[in-house]
Amino acid sequence: MSFFKTFMNGEQGLFKANSLTPMQKMVLRFVVVGLVFYAFAVIEGMIMRLYEIGPFDAVSNDQFFAILTAHPLVGIFGSTYATVFGAFLFLVPFLMKKPLWSIKMANWTWILIAVGTLTFWLAGFISHYSPLYTLYWPLPADFEQFSVWGGTIFIAGIAIVMVGSGLFVFNIFKTIMYTPEGWEKQPAGRLLGSALGTSGIANLFRKKDKKREHLVPLPVAAIARGSVDVGLNVLIILFTGVLILVFMVAAIIGADLKDTAVDALLYKNWFWWGLDLIADGLVLIFVAGTWYLLATMITGKKLFMQNIARAALLVELVVSWTVWSHHLLADQSQPAILKVLSGEMVTAFELITQGLAFFIVLATLWAARPLKMTNPLKFLLGGLLGFALAVPAGIMQADVGLNRILHNTQWIVGPHVHVAILIGLTMTLYAAIYVLFPIVTNGAKLYSQKLANIHFWLHLLGGIGMGAFMGMAGLKGMLRRTLYLEGEFETLMILAAVSGAMLLIAFLVFFYNIVMSLGLNGVIGIFQPAKLKTKDLVPQES
Amino acid sequence: MVDSAAVLNGQTIAYTCYTIAIILVMGWFAIRVTKKGKGSRVKPALFYTFVGMLVVLGVSLHIVTYNTIPWTEMDLHRGDYTPDRSFNIVVENHEFKLPSEQLVAEVGEIVEFDVTSNDLTYGFGLFRADNSMVLQMQVVPGHRNDILWKFLEPGVFTIRSTEYSGPKGIAMIVKDAVKIVPKKSE
Repeated sequence: MSFFKTFMNGEQGLFKANSLTPMQKMVLRFVVVGLVFYAFAVIEGMIMRLYEIGPFDAVSNDQFFAILTAHPLVGIFGSTYATVFGAFLFLVPFLMKKPLWSIKMANWTWILIAVGTLTFWLAGFISHYSPLYTLYWPLPADFEQFSVWGGTIFIAGIAIVMVGSGLFVFNIFKTIMYTPEGWEKQPAGRLLGSALGTSGIANLFRKKDKKREHLVPLPVAAIARGSVDVGLNVLIILFTGVLILVFMVAAIIGADLKDTAVDALLYKNWFWWGLDLIADGLVLIFVAGTWYLLATMITGKKLFMQNIARAALLVELVVSWTVWSHHLLADQSQPAILKVLSGEMVTAFELITQGLAFFIVLATLWAARPLKMTNPLKFLLGGLLGFALAVPAGIMQADVGLNRILHNTQWIVGPHVHVAILIGLTMTLYAAIYVLFPIVTNGAKLYSQKLANIHFWLHLLGGIGMGAFMGMAGLKGMLRRTLYLEGEFETLMILAAVSGAMLLIAFLVFFYNIVMSLGLNGVIGIFQPAKLKTKDLVPQES
Repeated sequence: MVDSAAVLNGQTIAYTCYTIAIILVMGWFAIRVTKKGKGSRVKPALFYTFVGMLVVLGVSLHIVTYNTIPWTEMDLHRGDYTPDRSFNIVVENHEFKLPSEQLVAEVGEIVEFDVTSNDLTYGFGLFRADNSMVLQMQVVPGHRNDILWKFLEPGVFTIRSTEYSGPKGIAMIVKDAVKIVPKKSE
């Protein structure tokens, strides 16, 4: 097949968008949106990596900080949320063996995420609104540095994403609990209890012969518990957005509200409580659940210690509500008891829960030897390595003593944040994409395994390298969220940029491989209305 | 007694060793999992031992640092200490306002930096000439931001904001603002 034909129609013309069910189209739309915003984030990241070596004329300092503000939000909301939500909206019905409650709502979810992300990205790009994702009060309402209109549109964009996220949570829980048409009445309360883990707790107090079986599979329990954190996060961010909008609207109509009306430390506690639900709640819970699912799908065997794994997911949920204070270890007015209990001790539980998930997955894989080193397996191992590197780095910085010299340095954002997201989370997502690829494309063939291997190694080495060089700079005193104009950390920043370039090339290779697998016509076809009118996950005949 | 540079060196060595070890373990696992094996289940005892090890590691890290990093105890119990010297610093409009051109203290003194913000959330950090960090804290408006520090060596340190406060914040640097001199008796 010629290059042009493959580019237009995909590898061997196997992918037929017309053959897709509405569910398959829905999940593929999420993935495409997620990949497009990943491209935004990785290009923005590369611009910043180059700017950290030394500012250049094409980008102003204000533009740099606007990119710094948009970059994590585009990466988390536009890319990760889209990919994860799409996968889970497909997997929950797949694992529960019942149709999704609302495909229409699922489609609205990706539309709102895409529109919201594009809105806040554009607002930041045009107006240079840049209070960072931390929004430390009263910076988001500092209209001497930022445009009030730019800020208003920016916050509105975030709010749109949050509405989409709220729809996802609603759809997931409705799907777990509802009774499909023509089915026997489903025990909604017991299904919810099983998903959230309350029935598991109740089992601890029941006699052996009266213990109830788990009604939902383990990965669904993980998705449900992670979705609780998504829902709480939506409420916190929406409330905070409304608070900021009050000040913005007042400024627009000429009233100057006193920003001292909001206590900066209380706000910081409130906001980090909500924001940390993403990092320490839904990411770790969703990732653990995805690891468990991948391990069982790859091996075809039961998960090692699955009751412990299920219980640990509940512990992780509770832990995620009580760890926020590790972000305030450098705040001297924060009570010492909160720093020690929440900031240090509860945070240390994440080493235990994530370490436990790590061990369970490896033990499950080990018991199934010999395994073929497929794309899902190699990316899963990469994801496991990513968290094995990033979680201990996070535990170290969540220490009262060490935080004094690590807080806000490149250590935080390098070995911890970027290694966790790029290696841990993203490689886990790639593993899930490779597992789902044949299912959601009705057996389309990957264009090139060689390119998949190049993608794997460039991504792994680039991600670890970038984290390592940023970490070295952090240990030498380099701060995050600022600029060094005299080349103070030039060598390490050049090495971090080379690693960043590897990540960018890795993504381009992957993207090219996927487009060549599906074909341009196929990618366009994903966004056209489905011809099949069914709630089934895959076509009946396949 | 160790200073912050020694703590950072220790951390660098510890984390580098761990990184190399875990990469090697994962590499070994990736090779072995594809080789023919008995396919035997991992014994639960090994699992519980691993979990126990994580608990010990997670808790002991904080106990060890509390007892070995000199500023930790002083930081958590600031009210129990009387500083030998206090410097009151105000931050406003992205500018540090110092009580005098250069803040001077002696080696071994307990020095208090009390920093007040009149507008935004800033950071307060002291850095050595090679840009490495000595200490830092957040400077939150409407709250007391104080830190006690015992300097172990003479030196001249630069103040820099360690928290993002908008694009103007990158210029918040006061070079050679703090001077630590040898003890007068020495």
